[in-house]
Amino acid sequence: MEKFDRLDGPAAPLAMANIDTDQIIPKQFLKTVEREGLGKGLFYDFRFDMEGVLKPEFVLNQPAYKGVKMLVAGDNFGCGSSREHAPWALMDFGIRCVISTSFADIFYNNCFSNGLLPVVLKLDQVQALMAEAKGGNHVFSVALEAQTVVSPSGQSFHFDIDPGRKEKMLKGLDAIGETLEHASAIDRFEEKRRLTRAWAAA
Amino acid sequence: MPGRTLYDKIWDAHVVAEAPNDETVLYVDLHLIHEVTTPQAFAGLRAAGRPVRRPDLTLAVADHNTPTEGQALGVEAVADPEARLQLQTLARNVADAGIAFFPMGDIANGIVHIVGPEQGRTQPGMTVVCGDSHTSTHGAFGALAHGIGTSEVEHVLATQTLRQRKAKNMRVTFIGQPIPGVGAKDFALALIGEIGTGGGTGSVIEYAGPAIDALSMEGRMTLCNLSIEGGAKAGLIAADDKTFAYIMGKPGAPKGAAWDMAVEYWRSFTSDPDARFDREITIDVSKLAPTLTWGTSPEDVMAVTGLVPDPQSFGTEDKRAGAARALDYMGLTAGQPIIEAAIQRVFIGSCTNSRIEDLRQAALIARKALDRGLKVAPGVRAMIVPGSGLVKEEAEAEGLDKLFIEAGFEWREPGCSMCLGMNPDRLAPGERCATTSNRKFEGRQGRGGRTHLMSPAMAAAAAIAGHIADVREYL
Ligand code: SF4
Repeated sequence: MEKFDRLDGPAAPLAMANIDTDQIIPKQFLKTVEREGLGKGLFYDFRFDMEGVLKPEFVLNQPAYKGVKMLVAGDNFGCGSSREHAPWALMDFGIRCVISTSFADIFYNNCFSNGLLPVVLKLDQVQALMAEAKGGNHVFSVALEAQTVVSPSGQSFHFDIDPGRKEKMLKGLDAIGETLEHASAIDRFEEKRRLTRAWAAA
Repeated sequence: MPGRTLYDKIWDAHVVAEAPNDETVLYVDLHLIHEVTTPQAFAGLRAAGRPVRRPDLTLAVADHNTPTEGQALGVEAVADPEARLQLQTLARNVADAGIAFFPMGDIANGIVHIVGPEQGRTQPGMTVVCGDSHTSTHGAFGALAHGIGTSEVEHVLATQTLRQRKAKNMRVTFIGQPIPGVGAKDFALALIGEIGTGGGTGSVIEYAGPAIDALSMEGRMTLCNLSIEGGAKAGLIAADDKTFAYIMGKPGAPKGAAWDMAVEYWRSFTSDPDARFDREITIDVSKLAPTLTWGTSPEDVMAVTGLVPDPQSFGTEDKRAGAARALDYMGLTAGQPIIEAAIQRVFIGSCTNSRIEDLRQAALIARKALDRGLKVAPGVRAMIVPGSGLVKEEAEAEGLDKLFIEAGFEWREPGCSMCLGMNPDRLAPGERCATTSNRKFEGRQGRGGRTHLMSPAMAAAAAIAGHIADVREYL
């Protein structure tokens, strides 16, 4: 997994609540057996019309947001299906951080498995950042070690993050490797399970 | 020590180790897999040289991509090359790992959340995971069941555990007796309407109360299935005699002396009387009319007797804008009676409502329509997609297929089908569909498609009427 330390770059405003995973990456792009290349399907129905022509009014299609690295989005971002294609598509498009007041659980977990940082801030803070993301200068800066988001005008907001998740993000650690350090505990659990719940041991 | 909830008890029984920073390594009893969310997980294992730890606790089906006709021709005949590759990749991955697999066309194949219970693999007190958010279905058996992402699928394949943080406890008590035509789907829609799509975020919901005790296992699965649409991590219902009766004799069920031991163990998974819940809600189902959704979110619910809401009636600017956008997308006008909305498509299927009882409910409406000389309305295409090969077989043994066909419905082969529209079954832009599935985001069933969620009986009534209809007039 890619490390996340700090991120500087354009942030795009998506002032909608409940942006779901079907919108982030529609199902016709789920047929891949790869993780890469999903950026082309990101927000497909927002970016393209029925004929596949780019919709100039959509924020990510505007030249000002070229090279976008972050999103500032409405409440309950990432609700819907468990598809990890959603964070893969965001990452493939170059987006490494999403700022919102809340995230759906599975999407939130999936972000941390992929080095995409979901930042939860209070409503007035997200609104302040949304306003700046809509403005002429929208280059934000996110520092994971310090747990801050700094806006172009210099407003700085602190965000909370679970220390374990933070450390894994900073170091780009693999959760499986870490869990396998508990291999003997898993062995013991399975032995007990075999003795007490023989019928469930398959 | 205060009492523990059902969720607390399942959690405690699966703790392998406490990891730093509030994370717990939790054991997984059953891992269900399918073709869409696993190829990258198996590729990851191969790249790291890691084996599948417990192929025996893993069960695979092909369901999301599969066509609902011509399955006997086999995977090689699947027209879409990308879907075919995913199906072939799954077959290869499970063969390499020694994982039990019901391939497309197998009588036991079907939608992953139909197959687990049907095979008796889903049992009370278990932890069940799958790379599909509607894994919450299995909570109907008193199992802790939830969806996971592909990285977590890889983690479970490699370790048979998940790293988890404890969620909050929420309880929804359903009281009262529903009027005819109202059932589990209406309970679920009413709840989501009340708490909103984010209302359950961070919580595991336990459903309880006399109206839950009275539900069949099929109804309980429908209700738990929809927990995720309310944002909950999982939904669960304590096992009772109905649960045990459902499991008994299924291929994966314990046999002989093991059965008695198992039932005794399963009975211990109930919330203590003094257990504490972080949030409690009560819903009186006797007050519910047949319910459906009008907008693009499962929380946009209304009674079938109601008028399409006015966006101006919503409390916040966000909500007003959202409702206006939803009405525009759905092609509806504020103040219009919802039963006036003409439909072109009907979809009865998905892991929410494609079990035998669901099909029987739809069949009852079809039978009554035929008695009155009615059939599926002209210009309406109505599809019935059974949840599994076994459901299909059972329905055919009861003659339901013939009845449906006579009444003008299409009788299809099992799979997820139009629930997510990955296979060829999907809506054309602007088409309005009465559907029994679970999700209705814009474009979910086909770009520009207009989805109304409702019960199987309501969907069947809509097929006959040619517009949204009150099922009570067709009972
Ligand atoms: S029927 Fe729909 S919700 Fe259920 S498993 Fe299939 S795609 Fe997922």
